[in-house]
Order: sequence, then structure tokens, then C-alpha cells
Amino acid sequence: MNILVCISSVPDTTSKINFTENNTKFDCSGIQFVINPYDEFGLTKSIMIKESIGGKVTVITVGDASVEPVIRKALAIGADDAVRVNMDPNDSFSVANEISEYIKQNSFDLIITGRESIDYNGGAVSGMISEMTNLPLVNACIGLEIEGNSAKLVREIDGGKEMITSPLPMVIGGQKGLVLENELRIPNMRGIMQARTKPLSVVEPTGNIMYTTSVSFAKPEEKAGCKFVDASNVSDLVDLLHNEAKVI
Amino acid sequence: MSVLVYTESWGGNFRKSTFEAVSYASETAKILGTNVVALSLEDVSDEELVKLGSYGASKVVSIPSVNKGDSQSASKIIAELSTDASVIVFSGTHTARMITPRLSVKLAAACITNVISLTESSEITIKRKSFSTKAIEIIKSNTEKTILSISPNSFGLIENQMDCLIERSDFIEKGSLIFEGQETASGKISISEAEIVVSAGRGLKGPENWGMIEELADVLGAATACSKPVSDIGWRPHSEHVGQTGKPVTADLYIAIGISGAIQHLAGVNSSKVMVAINTDPEAPFFKAADYGIIGDAFEVVPKLIQEIKKFKN
Ligand SMILES: Cc1cc2nc3c(=O)[nH]c(=O)nc-3n(C[C@H](O)[C@H](O)[C@H](O)COP(=O)(O)OP(=O)(O)OC[C@H]3O[C@@H](n4cnc5c(N)ncnc54)[C@H](O)[C@@H]3O)c2cc1C
Repeated sequence: MNILVCISSVPDTTSKINFTENNTKFDCSGIQFVINPYDEFGLTKSIMIKESIGGKVTVITVGDASVEPVIRKALAIGADDAVRVNMDPNDSFSVANEISEYIKQNSFDLIITGRESIDYNGGAVSGMISEMTNLPLVNACIGLEIEGNSAKLVREIDGGKEMITSPLPMVIGGQKGLVLENELRIPNMRGIMQARTKPLSVVEPTGNIMYTTSVSFAKPEEKAGCKFVDASNVSDLVDLLHNEAKVI
Repeated sequence: MSVLVYTESWGGNFRKSTFEAVSYASETAKILGTNVVALSLEDVSDEELVKLGSYGASKVVSIPSVNKGDSQSASKIIAELSTDASVIVFSGTHTARMITPRLSVKLAAACITNVISLTESSEITIKRKSFSTKAIEIIKSNTEKTILSISPNSFGLIENQMDCLIERSDFIEKGSLIFEGQETASGKISISEAEIVVSAGRGLKGPENWGMIEELADVLGAATACSKPVSDIGWRPHSEHVGQTGKPVTADLYIAIGISGAIQHLAGVNSSKVMVAINTDPEAPFFKAADYGIIGDAFEVVPKLIQEIKKFKN
């Protein structure tokens, strides 16, 4: 089983988000970068599949040299080798395009991405890869079992779940449920040591075609402040929600 | 030129998010000086289809034979129908998230998700939620056609009565996925499009105490949600986990009970219009983000709130 896990390097979830260069660029100063939380579920699941039926787990990321610590972390968690496409990614299309080129030149049974990244939240990379490589797609995947040449999957749908069988190879957009929170792995000392010598190859991008241009960023408007209602006068809250906020 | 809108159905019925997408498409069509064509997959009755006219669709093409979860076929048929369209609108549901990226590649069209505003002009430039709602991005399409996937409940409904022509069509190709069946909780309101969400956290102490949360949700016609640790320890199903790494919430009213208001929780819920926090701790960070707050014990406040809302509803 050859599995490709697409990971994105994103600001740690506790980060305060600020912008520079006239609100056009994300301000990285003082920011800790981590593996995108949605990608971690797919990475862990891939390692579990490898442990149970054998195979190899490759991680790929599109980014400049600054993302390498995050790739090393994925290797320390248990991926076998890594690829970095040397490009500062600008939109979902350009990322998907680079990853798809790599997939076409190699051979994978399964390609896993996260449902979305927690920075730009495009949520489009898995779908674009599946179209570019002409493979079936299951997004918001919350269950995966490999059975011979096919995969038994569960995907989240609005208000429930759907059971699906797909031939391999295929593309999955993963999230919590693929593995549980307490199954996520923290790199141990041995893993960290091994990660230093695992292969990390750098490939040059094939092109940087962008379908969108980011113009600028803004912060959401600040709230006016909290109006407190006394715990003994709960009816006041109902009154405010009806007459002032007009939401009930 | 036209604006095409994908109108998603569930068991033959449209939802508010569908009509919201049509409303959005029709406002966009006004800006572009054109009309709206709707596309419906799976089996939907004429009586249901004609409702799309109330929000501005002048024509609907219905293709009953295509399963909406089959993104290979769905994107193919939408691509065929969009030769004339300059903008293609979706509501950002789970299904849309599979179809829109494929369509983007097929049509060489920009795919913009989490959309929260109309375009400023015929050059498509819009606002979208970014960084898990910690920021708003202004983004421009570089392509001739643009796919816009709107964040549910961020635009609202706008009535605009049109005579809606129904056209039925067939599509026989099938993708390679085999659909084995669905499990859905009947009668439950989904978090992504609920107008009111009642959410509770670790302050509730245990799963046995959720009865009052469900009752409050019930009297308000709301969806129930929870904080991440609550779903991680198994008090509530994962599908209720909201926040930066769970489901995003854009409700009219979000009520947070026994939730501290960690940055990761707020990131996913703070695009709700009005937020209420109920917490014993006056220093809880949620009070900094809330519009209304009650400092008090959930076990006393919530039952009273249920009574008061019942009184108000009568
Ligand atoms: C990578 C990462 C991603 C994360 N993503 C998310 C996410 O998506 N969503 C999310 O929710 N969290 C997320 N978290 C977790 C987050 O940091 C917090 O730990 C979590 O939100 C806290 O949940 P809580 O408010 O239910 O519990 P607590 O922080 O324990 O808060 C409980 C609150 O209940 C109050 N309380 C206690 N008793 C009562 C009572 N009787 N009546 C009223 N109030 C009472 C307390 O004062 C307290 O404020 C994430 C964390 C990490 C590291």
C-alpha cells in the first residue's frame, strides 16, 4: 500500500492573526507553525494502515524551506519519506496542480489530504487533485478500511453519515473520525532521531498558475461589549433577545 | 451569459441553504444584468422545484438520475450546463465541497469558498471568511468563469418572484463510487444552517446533564452543539464538535453554556450574529466575545431560561 499524505504547514491554533504589507500578507513573526490539524488524522491513519498491511507512507507539502520543521515532525510521527515542492503556495489550484504532477509521475494507491486547512480554509485541494488525476473522491471522510483493491469509507453528510465503497487508487479529504483524537501520535525521541535521516527530497514546481488573487485581509469587527443580565432575572435575557437583538 | 446555481436537495426537499444560494445568485445576476438558471440533482417533485422561482430562478434544470455524492458525474453535468454561465453559485455544504473543486479544474474557473459578500462589480471580487473566521479576505477571480461557494446562513433569504420554467433532463454516466446507504438522525436540525445553536461545554460535568440542553434547543427550534473536549471524551457525538477544528457556526444566535471561550472555540463560532454566554466564572474569556452574558450556574439558569422561553412562545 503506497500512501501519499498531503500536509499543510499552518499557524498554531492559539495564534493571533495579523497582517503586514498593507494588510496583504499574513504576519509570520512570532508564529509557531504546526501540521494542519485535519491532516494529522490522515497521517496517523496512513501509518496505522501501513502497520497493519504493510506499505509506505510519503508526505508531500508545497512550500518554501521554512516548512521543513513541520515535514520533519510528520517523519518523526512515522512517515517514511517526504517531498517538498519548492514554491510559496498562492491558491488551492496551484497547490493541487503541483501535487497532481507528482502523483502522475509516481504511483500511489491512496492519496489523503485534510478536509481543509485552518489558515486559508479553501477546502478545495482534495477535490482538485481528484479531478486532475481522474480519481474518485470522498471528502469529510470519517471512516476508512482497506479491503483488497477497494476502500470502505464513511463520509459525513449534513445531519448524518454515508457509507461508500470505492476502488483504489482514490483521493480522501480527512478529518477527526478517520482516527480518534486520543489515537493521534506524539513524536517520541526515537522517532525524532530517525526523522533526521529519513529522505526529504525537494522538487521544483512545474508552474504557478493561479486562478485567484488575494487582494487584502481585514479583521472581523470587534463586538461592542457584553451586556450582563442578573442570574435571578433570566426573563430579561429573553426580553433583550426578542426586542433588542431580534433573534428570537 | 447567466448565473447558474446548484440547488441541493435532501430526500426530495430543499432547505433554507438552497433558497439562500438562489437568493445570492439572483442578487449577483442583478449586478451582472442577467438571469438565474437553477440545477437540481436527484429526484425532486415539480411542486418543490417551482419554489426556486420565489427566490429569483427563471429556469430550473432537473436531472433526477445523478446522485449528488457522485462528484465525478455531478461536476461533469454542471460543466456541460455552464457553457453560458459566468458565475456558478453553491451553498457550502459537504457535497458542494466535493463538486466545486472538480468543476473548477474542468472549467478552468476560480473556486472561491466561504463567501460572505456579493461581488462589488462584474469583475468578481468578494469577501470570504479566512483563518477560521479570525480574518476576512478580499479575493479576486482571475478567470472568465467563477465558482462561488457561500458560507451557509451568512447571506439570508431575499424573495424575488419569477415564473420558473421546469426542464427535465437525463444523464446516464456514473462515477466509480458505490453508495451503500446513509444514516441520518431524523428531525434534527443541522448545525451549519441552524438559525439558533445551543452549545455546551465541560462545565456541564457529564453526558447525563444534556437533557436540559436538548430541551432548551427544542423550545428554541435550535441545533445542539458542544466544545471539542466534550466530544473527545465521548459525552456527545463528534458531529456536534464546533470550533476551529470542528464545524463552523454562523448562526443568528449562539448560546454557549459552560464553555470557557478558548481561542480555538471562538474561532469557529464568532461569525454568529449574537452570542450569549452562561458561565459561573466572571473571568471566562467567552464574556469578552459575547453580546449578552449571565454569570451563574448552568444548572440553575438553564431550567429558568427554558421556562421563560416557553412563557414567551405562548
Ligand atoms: C489544536 C487544537 C484545536 C482545538 N480546536 C477546538 C475546537 O475546534 N473547538 C473547541 O471547542 N475547542 C478546541 N480546542 C480546545 C480548546 O483549547 C479548549 O480546551 C476547549 O474549547 C475548552 O472546552 P470547554 O470550554 O468545554 O471546557 P473548559 O475550558 O474546561 O471550560 C469549562 C467552563 O465551564 C464553566 N463552568 C463550570 N461549571 C459550570 C456551571 N455549573 N455552570 C456554568 N458554567 C460552568 C467554567 O467556568 C469554564 O469556563 C482545541 C485545542 C487545540 C490544542
